[in-house]
Amino acid sequence: MSETHRSNLEKWLPNETDREGQPMFQMLAPDGSLTTAGKSIGVDSDLVRGLYRDMVLARRFDREALSLQRQGELSLWLMSWGQEAAQVGSIRALRDSDMVFPSYREHAAALCRGVRPADLMRQWRGLAHSGWNPADHRFHIYSLVLGTQTLHATGYATGAVLEGSDEVVATYFGDGAASQGDVNEAFNWAAAGRLPVLFFCQNNQWAISTPTSTQMQTPLHVRAAGFGLEPYHVDGNDVLAVHTITGLAASRIRDGGGPAMIEAQTYRFGGHSSSDDPKRYRSEEEFDLWTARDPLARVEVFLRTSVVDDSFFAGLELEADELAVSTREACKQLTGQTLAEIFGNVYAEPHPLIERERTANAAFTALVGGDL
Amino acid sequence: MTTFTLGSAITEGLRKAMEADDRVIVMGEDVGALGGVFRVTDGLQKDFGDSRVVDTPLAESGIIGTAIGLALRGYRPVCEIQFDGFVYPAFDQIVSQLAKIRSRSAGSLSVPLVIRIPVGGGIGAVEHHSESNEAYFAHTAGLRVVSCSNPNDAFHMIQQAVLSDDPVVFYEPKRRYWDRGEVSPVADRQLHQAAILKEGSDCVLVAHGPTVATALAASVAAEEDGYSVGVVDLRSISPLDTETLRAVAARSGRMVVVHEASTFMGIGAEIAAEITESCFFELEAPVLRVGAYNLPYPPASVEDAFLPDVDRVLHAVERSLSFSEER
Repeated sequence: MSETHRSNLEKWLPNETDREGQPMFQMLAPDGSLTTAGKSIGVDSDLVRGLYRDMVLARRFDREALSLQRQGELSLWLMSWGQEAAQVGSIRALRDSDMVFPSYREHAAALCRGVRPADLMRQWRGLAHSGWNPADHRFHIYSLVLGTQTLHATGYATGAVLEGSDEVVATYFGDGAASQGDVNEAFNWAAAGRLPVLFFCQNNQWAISTPTSTQMQTPLHVRAAGFGLEPYHVDGNDVLAVHTITGLAASRIRDGGGPAMIEAQTYRFGGHSSSDDPKRYRSEEEFDLWTARDPLARVEVFLRTSVVDDSFFAGLELEADELAVSTREACKQLTGQTLAEIFGNVYAEPHPLIERERTANAAFTALVGGDL
Repeated sequence: MTTFTLGSAITEGLRKAMEADDRVIVMGEDVGALGGVFRVTDGLQKDFGDSRVVDTPLAESGIIGTAIGLALRGYRPVCEIQFDGFVYPAFDQIVSQLAKIRSRSAGSLSVPLVIRIPVGGGIGAVEHHSESNEAYFAHTAGLRVVSCSNPNDAFHMIQQAVLSDDPVVFYEPKRRYWDRGEVSPVADRQLHQAAILKEGSDCVLVAHGPTVATALAASVAAEEDGYSVGVVDLRSISPLDTETLRAVAARSGRMVVVHEASTFMGIGAEIAAEITESCFFELEAPVLRVGAYNLPYPPASVEDAFLPDVDRVLHAVERSLSFSEER
């Protein structure tokens, strides 16, 4: 095609679609000062203290769990270090009755929902494939096949609509999972049905060793808008901004505004898992850059310069240390199911093959002395 | 007794299930106003409304994934996959999510969900519309896999599948959708039980879904040649009714498994291994298999030569009967 012909055609087309996306919403800058938005919206100091406490405890728990892995007590650990604000800010802005479908790194969110540290470690000690009953916490078990849980959340939300409930169904996933078909099917499905789903992406910049720039050309919240989801873009290391935006999104969804998607920019300070070595694929400069944006440090500065005295921090440190000790003890006391018990958990109703193999297993165990 | 086609027997079974329990939701592509491409859900949306008979977006993983979410909330979804060859986009949601949620949650979660799949060939369809993929799902613990072969079973088995607290993959033989037959008011056996359709003292044919009719025709033809050939309709592929299979194998000493799927690593291989182990000293010949050739499903112009028919079944019966003489 000649250049003249092409420019003739292009005259008839609209200007380029905006693919840049929204600026990142922020209330508390990395240096601990309130942004213009933060000052204008205002800050509830009790809320900040509560969110800070959640984050400190979550980080301490995460660190202890990683230590336990290093000492051979856990076979694997997936660190939530660095993503505390994204998780705590969002889950605390939901109602406790709102159902949540997490991925597998949502330890901070899980702790906020009352999941016990021991139950969070059960899976990673090789004792079970999950650790808690979702009904007890309105928090589904972890999903390790990426993005699958977004469809479960979408279906669950369909039920909420059928029942006329005003609940919001939230689901967490990451930037890597956003490349999965299931996530995109869920975006489309929820938008087409105007379902009360809150999609929360913790964009932690890395899917194991693959940077977000390899996963996508268009920012995720822009993509979500294309699907018909209400898009939000927030500083995921700013717990106040995350809390405020999640509260706003949830309130709009509850009022029948349809599904929304929050892209929270955050950073995975650790490796993907305890088996990963992030030094192989990312620079120290990048790590330092994000360290300066630490989600806890900025809140500590804010609290110290405003409303809180030293005793709050001292008390919290003590509480975190106690949590670490109890986490360690609980980890070592965890017990798992026997193989014989697992035979009973596969089907809800009797199954001849399962029964036959359970019997064969019991007979064989007895034959070899009951101690395999 | 009322007569129905196999397809309309499923429709009536679904209607009964929906009347009995308002948590039963039918969902899938084009299941509403159209009644599905095979019209199996015909009229259900009119009677139960569009929130219980739901036209979904065109996304199989989405159908199963969202149905799992509904089931976790206490609903009992019945999902239609339009054709056998279209189920693969949902493979992960079926084998890694649906099948495993109960065991992953140490028994605290149940996912009562039915996946209806029109299965098999013989209707002159284009590619991906004629496959027999039961073995993929039967290989996965946590799923139940069943297949109806006649209107009476279709009517009762779909209701039993909906009532099951376990996920059930429900295969419907698409070339038998228009077969007509009587439907009794009460189910005569449980979902996982096989049916001995005909006793035979010389050999027994084991079939399911679309090949049951083939096996029955072969049995009649063998009878004309003076042989007594029985027929068992498996009905359930997972679990297998091994008790019934063992009993008939022991009685006749010869067994031929007939299915539309390729034989390699298939259901026939499992049955052959099972029967060889449990009936070794009662067998007069090894268990033989008749299935499709181990090829991708071919163009419709050659499917008659590809699928097991009466002649190929009879050929296998002859091989079985002459086996001891050959030695």
